[in-house]
Amino acid sequence: MPIAEGVSFDLTVIWAFLIAFAVFVYVVLDGFDLGLGVLFAAEPAREDRDVMMNSVAPVWDGNETWLVLGGGGLFAAFPLAYAVVLPALYVPILAMLLALVFRGVAFEFRWRTERWRRVWDLAFIGGSALAAFSQGVALGALLEGITVDPAARAYGGGWWDWLTPFSLFVGVAVVVGYMLLGATWLVMKTAGPLQERMRTRARWLGLLTVGFIGAVSLWTPFLQEGYYARWFSGWGLAAAGAVAVAVLVLAGLMERSLAVHRHEYRPFLLALGLFAVCFAGLGVAMWPYVIPRSVTIWEAAAPEASQIFMLVGAAVLIPVILAYTAYAYWVFRGKVDPQAGYH
Amino acid sequence: MFADLDAVFLARIQFAFTVSFHFLFPAFTIGLASYLAVLNGLWLWTREHRYLELFRYWVKVFALAFAMGVVSGIVMSYQFGTNWSVFADRAGPVIGAPMAYEVLSAFFLEAGFLGIMLFGRERVGPALHMAACLAVAGGTVLSAFWILSVNSWMHTPAGYTIDEATGQFLPEDWWAIIFNPSFPYRLAHTVTAAYLTTAFIIGGVGAWHLLRARRRGESPSAATRTMFSMAMWMAVVVAPVQLLLGDLHGINTLHHQPAKVMAMEGHYESHPEGCAPLYLFGLPNDAEQRLDYAVGIPCLSNLILKHDFTSPLPGLDTIPDEDQPPVAVVFWSFRVMVGIGLLMIALGVWALWARWRKRLYDSPALHRAAVAMGPSGLVAVLAGWITTEVGRQPFTIHGLLRTAESASPLAAPAVAWSLIAFVVIYFAVFGAGTYYILRLLSRPPKPDEPRLKDVVEGPLRTAGITPAPLEAARQGRPQPTGG
Repeated sequence: MPIAEGVSFDLTVIWAFLIAFAVFVYVVLDGFDLGLGVLFAAEPAREDRDVMMNSVAPVWDGNETWLVLGGGGLFAAFPLAYAVVLPALYVPILAMLLALVFRGVAFEFRWRTERWRRVWDLAFIGGSALAAFSQGVALGALLEGITVDPAARAYGGGWWDWLTPFSLFVGVAVVVGYMLLGATWLVMKTAGPLQERMRTRARWLGLLTVGFIGAVSLWTPFLQEGYYARWFSGWGLAAAGAVAVAVLVLAGLMERSLAVHRHEYRPFLLALGLFAVCFAGLGVAMWPYVIPRSVTIWEAAAPEASQIFMLVGAAVLIPVILAYTAYAYWVFRGKVDPQAGYH
Repeated sequence: MFADLDAVFLARIQFAFTVSFHFLFPAFTIGLASYLAVLNGLWLWTREHRYLELFRYWVKVFALAFAMGVVSGIVMSYQFGTNWSVFADRAGPVIGAPMAYEVLSAFFLEAGFLGIMLFGRERVGPALHMAACLAVAGGTVLSAFWILSVNSWMHTPAGYTIDEATGQFLPEDWWAIIFNPSFPYRLAHTVTAAYLTTAFIIGGVGAWHLLRARRRGESPSAATRTMFSMAMWMAVVVAPVQLLLGDLHGINTLHHQPAKVMAMEGHYESHPEGCAPLYLFGLPNDAEQRLDYAVGIPCLSNLILKHDFTSPLPGLDTIPDEDQPPVAVVFWSFRVMVGIGLLMIALGVWALWARWRKRLYDSPALHRAAVAMGPSGLVAVLAGWITTEVGRQPFTIHGLLRTAESASPLAAPAVAWSLIAFVVIYFAVFGAGTYYILRLLSRPPKPDEPRLKDVVEGPLRTAGITPAPLEAARQGRPQPTGG
C-alpha cells in the first residue's frame, strides 16, 4: 500500500521499523540502567549504592542484548549502512563499547572486593556516563550527516568528522535524558529517603530533559536543508507539531505525578513515553534515510532473500523474547529491600 | 604517530586480540553452564547436599566469567563494522542473518534466564529454576551453533552467488549456507573443546583442594571429591572422542582448504608417491619454502590424513606464494593444540587407573598433574583457533575475498590508538576478573556454601541480590536464599 511520498510498504520498511524498535527498546532499557549508573555519583552511601545496583542486577544483561540486536540487525538487514556508519563513528562507538566493558564487569566485581570497591564504583559511574555520552554523540553525528563514497560503497571522511558542537550537545542531552529514566526507575524501585532524593532529582532532570529536547529540536532543522523542509512543511509539519505538543503534555503530567500525586510507578512510565515521542520525532526527521540525506533504507537494504529468512525468525522469536523478558521483570518486581542479604 | 603503520595489519591484530580474549570466556562458560545444569539436576534428583554446595560454589565463578564474556562479546558484534566494513558490506546479506538468529535465539535466552538462574531459586520454585538453568546452558550451545556456522562459512563458503554490480555475496540456499561443508566438524570439535576446557579447570580446582586437604591432614569434603571425580570421568571419556573429532575435522579441512593442512604439517614439498612424513619438529622457512632442521616420522602423515601409505599428498609448492598462509604460526599452534590433547588423554587414562586402584583421591602425583593441566584447555582452544583462522589467510572468505581487501577505509592512527585502548583496558579489567575468579577458587566449597552475593572480604557482608523481597515478606513468602 502506498504511504508518504509515493513509497510502497515493503519488507525494507518492515525491517526499518524492526531495527528502530530494537534500538528504541535498547535506549529505554539500558537508558535507565546507564542513567542509574550516572546517579551513583550523587549517592555515596554504601547501602544506597547496594540497593541501586540490586534494582538492575538481574536485568541489565538482557537490556544490553538489545544493543547487540540493534547492531547485529543493522548488519543483517542494512549491511551497507552498517559498513558506512561504524567506520564514520569509529571513536564514539569504540568509546561506548569500552565504557560498557567497565560498567558491565563492575556489576560483578564490586561484590568481590572490599578494598577496590570504590574503584569499581567509579568504573560503574564513569563507564555509564561515557557510554551514554558516546551514544548521544553518535546520534548527533549521524543526524549531522556522514560523508559517503558511493563508488567505493564506503565511508568517505576522516576519523574525527564526528566531533562537532552539535554532536557534543546531543551527547550531554542523552546523558541527562538517561538520568531522568534512572531517577524515575529508582522512584519506582526504592523506598524512604533514597526514593525522596530521587523524586526531587527526577523533577529537575525532567525540566532539563525538556530543555534539551527543545534545544536539539530547534538546532536540527538548521543542520541540513532537508530537515528544515521536513519539519516546516507538509505531513512533517503536522507530525513535528504533534511531537512538540506531546512532549509538553507528558512533561507536565510527569511533574504533577512526581510532585502532586506522588506516584511511584507512573513517573517512570511517563518518562518512557517522553522517550517514545522523541524517538518518533527522530523518525520523522530521518525518514526515509538510514544515513540522513545520503543513503535511503532501500539503497542500504539486504536482498529480499535475507530479509524474508530473517523475518520468519524475528516474527516467531521477538514475541517470545518480549514474553520472557516481561516474565523476568515480573519475577523481580517490587521494591528492593536494603536489609536483604543480612542473614 | 602511527601514520606509517599498515592499517590492515593493525586491524588484524585488533580482531585477533579482541576475539581471543572473548573466546576464552565462552570456551569456559559453555561447559560450565551445562555443568551447573547437571549439578542442579542431581541436587533436585538425589537431594545430596554436595551437589547444591558445588552449584553454589561454581555459580559465583560462572556469574563473573559470564559477565566478562558478555561485555567482550558486545565488542565483537561491532568489530565487523568498525574495522572490516568492506567485508561487512560484501558478506552481510549472507552471514548477517545467521548472526541475527544467534542474537534472537541464543543471547536473549541466556540473558533473560540468567537473572532467574543466579538469583531466582526461591522466587520461582525448583522446577522453573531448573528450566532457567537449562535455558542458559542451551543458550550457550545455541550461540556456538550460529556463530560457528558463520565462521565455517568463511572457511567453506556455499549456497551463494555474487552480485556483479556491488560485489555483495547474495544468499541462494540457506540450508547450504548454514550447514556448509566444514560446519558439522567445526561445531562438534569446538563445543567438545569447550566441555573439555571446563572439565580440566574443574578437575584442576578439585585436585588443588585435595592436595590442600592432604597438606593440612584433613580429609577432603564430599563436594571436593565429587568435582574431581566428575572432571576425571569427562577427561577419560571426552578427550579420546575429541581426538577422533579432530581427525575428522582435519580430513574435512584437507578436502576444502588443503593449503591450511600443508601449513599445519609443514609440508612445503609434495609427496607424489605418498608416504609423507609427520614432522614433530622443524623451523618453517617461508622465504626458502622449506622446513629447516626437520625431525619427522616417515609415512605417518600419510597414514593420518589419507589413512594409507601410498596416496599422493601435495605440498605448498603447488600453491602460489600469494595464496599461502603464514606457515610458522599455523605449524606451531597446531602442535601446541595436539600436544595438549594427547596430554589430556594421558591424564584421563591415569585417573582411570587410579580410580580402579581405589586411589583417585589419594594420589598426590595425579593431583599435581591435574592442577598443572587445569588451564590447558584454554591454551588448546586458543591454539586451535589460531591454527584454523591463520590457516585461512590470506583470505577472510576462503578463496573469494582477500583480507587486504576486507578492511575499513580507516587511517592507521585510528586503528592503532583503539588497539592500544583495547589492550590496556582488557588486561586491566579481565586481569582483575581473573584474579577474583582465582580468589573464589582458592577456598574449597563448604557445607554452608554462601549464596552468590554474600562473599566479600572483611567484616561487612553485602546486601545480596534479593529483588522484590519486601513484597515477598509482605505476602509471607520465605526470603530468597537461592543462587
